[in-house]
Amino acid sequence: MPGFSEIKKAFLVSLWFIFLTFPLMVIRINPYENLVSYRWANLFLVGGATFFLSLLSDFYQLKKKETALNNIARPRPKFHLHSRFKRPLAALGGLLIILFPFFFSSYQVNIMTTALIYVVLGLGLNIVVGLAGLLDLGYVAFYAVGAYSYALLNYHFGLGFWTVLPVGAGLGALFGILLGFPVLRLRGDYLAIVTLGFGEIIRLILENWNEFSFGPGGIADIPRPSFFGLQMSLTVSTIYVYFLMIAFTFFTVFVVNRLQNSRIGRAWVALREDEIACQAMGIDKTRTKLTAFALGATWAGMMGVMFAAKTTFINPASFTFLESAIILSIVVLGGMGSIAGVIIAALILILLPEYFRAFADYRMLLFGATMVLMMIFRPQGIFPGHRQIYRFSPERGVEK
Amino acid sequence: MAGLLEVKQLSMDFGGLRALDRIDLQVNKAEIVALIGPNGAGKSTFFNCLTGIYVPSSGDIYFSRSLNREKERLNGLKPDKITRKGLARTFQNIRLFSQMTVLENVMIGRHCRTKTGIAGAVLQGRSSRLEEKQIVDDSYDILIKVGLENMVNDLAENLPYGAQRRLEIARALATEPALLLLDEPAAGMNPRETTELNELITMIRDQGAAILLIEHDMKLVMNLSDRIYVMDYGKKIAEGNAAEIRHNKLVIRAYLGEEFDA
Repeated sequence: MPGFSEIKKAFLVSLWFIFLTFPLMVIRINPYENLVSYRWANLFLVGGATFFLSLLSDFYQLKKKETALNNIARPRPKFHLHSRFKRPLAALGGLLIILFPFFFSSYQVNIMTTALIYVVLGLGLNIVVGLAGLLDLGYVAFYAVGAYSYALLNYHFGLGFWTVLPVGAGLGALFGILLGFPVLRLRGDYLAIVTLGFGEIIRLILENWNEFSFGPGGIADIPRPSFFGLQMSLTVSTIYVYFLMIAFTFFTVFVVNRLQNSRIGRAWVALREDEIACQAMGIDKTRTKLTAFALGATWAGMMGVMFAAKTTFINPASFTFLESAIILSIVVLGGMGSIAGVIIAALILILLPEYFRAFADYRMLLFGATMVLMMIFRPQGIFPGHRQIYRFSPERGVEK
Repeated sequence: MAGLLEVKQLSMDFGGLRALDRIDLQVNKAEIVALIGPNGAGKSTFFNCLTGIYVPSSGDIYFSRSLNREKERLNGLKPDKITRKGLARTFQNIRLFSQMTVLENVMIGRHCRTKTGIAGAVLQGRSSRLEEKQIVDDSYDILIKVGLENMVNDLAENLPYGAQRRLEIARALATEPALLLLDEPAAGMNPRETTELNELITMIRDQGAAILLIEHDMKLVMNLSDRIYVMDYGKKIAEGNAAEIRHNKLVIRAYLGEEFDA
């Protein structure tokens, strides 16, 4: 039962929310007739809803605390999919992925492709932030490097998508190392500030160096990915790009999954946990950090090429800080160092605003509310990363 | 007798403060040497100089894995290079990788003795698969040695205190050290844990590694050590075996203060 203090708190919360949302929910300005109308009903709606939600969240957290106390000795039971269901589920998932573009409109396929690009970006940043613990706020810079390398190499030399893809990846890695060197000794907040600056530098260069990057006007008519020189209609091409992205996603998951439980992956996590101990255990800090930066940037570079090929037009406005922030939110929301979490979070964060378009003005509000709720109820992320379990039988056969 | 580790006239200045003043020290093969002294004497600074966390202001550190090999100068090398050369350490305030499992903590110690790179990790060819299996096997062996084999998959932060201290030793052992530096390994341990630690350290020595330890538990120090060095205010004030140290006037003065004739 909620006590007096909870009710008081809920009341204050609802007052605060009424105040915050007053201009948006209550006042309506009609610029054509110079009329200002007040929708008082909304005020009570907001007040009542937040009052109720606040009580509910208090109740929920109280219960959580109780169960936590009860379970203090017992480890939490892990959710395990029964192996009998694994295969049919994977088959069903695969079928859905394959059939998706044939049953939905080009618009839907396009959104899904974009979401997949963010999945891969998230997985790439997950190496840097989730595993190695290096807070990188300028990740979008490498994305821009990839996109512009395709656009410019194509414009000047007519190079195709498949030629530039490895070049973009390589340039991404190169820029990752370039950024990595000066920030080797920085950690946490300081690192975040420098990487943020780096991201802005790249964007400002692209915006202002007209001779090189064609300025804010951007570069148009970038060819879509080719398929052995085949001519494709727009619809077919959209579907083709979708399947390319599916392949990319699987490739990335495969690589990241293998990396994170390897010698290198463990070194990253150790670096995140304790830098000094990590060095004292014989891990070369410089090299480990640079590999993390370079690998993360490689994926951003590749996705940049992909992005340029998909949209056929790029300009610096696509590479603002907001992009970095969204990719970082994907990693944090999904759960640091967790592949499944990053995939789900990317799909939610990119698809949600698209489908919220129906709510017009309120869609960003809903987006924000979703994030706030996530952070209250699941601060460790949707699927927090977990460490590999090893089993040893008495006769010492090792299995994972 | 030639030592594995020879420290000559090592000094360390922090601005105007001389934390270490011309320290000479030697550790021989399969020997347990203790470094004692009141708080702030510079013992941990000395360790940090040896392991490359600080670069000493002057003096020399010479070290070699085995007596047959020429000694190398360690001054100014990075910590990971020094560990690679065979000098591993634990920390005074436990520095485990708390979000990693017990086994993984030890596996990290194997890092510098293995070589799978990015390509190997992704492609998982035969050699990298074998190496990975070897890492897991070796790490498990070390955990058996220190008696933590029942906790392999627990997160390091969930371990009881004494087990965390032992895990730190296990992790250091995984780097195959010729000389193990232990910074207050018994701090905060109960008597039973201390006895177990005593046995563990003896066992490590019996398997061939030399040990240099900083410790405040005098019973443990007197029990274990072949030789003892005493430091005070950055200077070495005494050196010798347990009996000699116990009766050394300078040592008694450093710990108990000046005798005062009224």
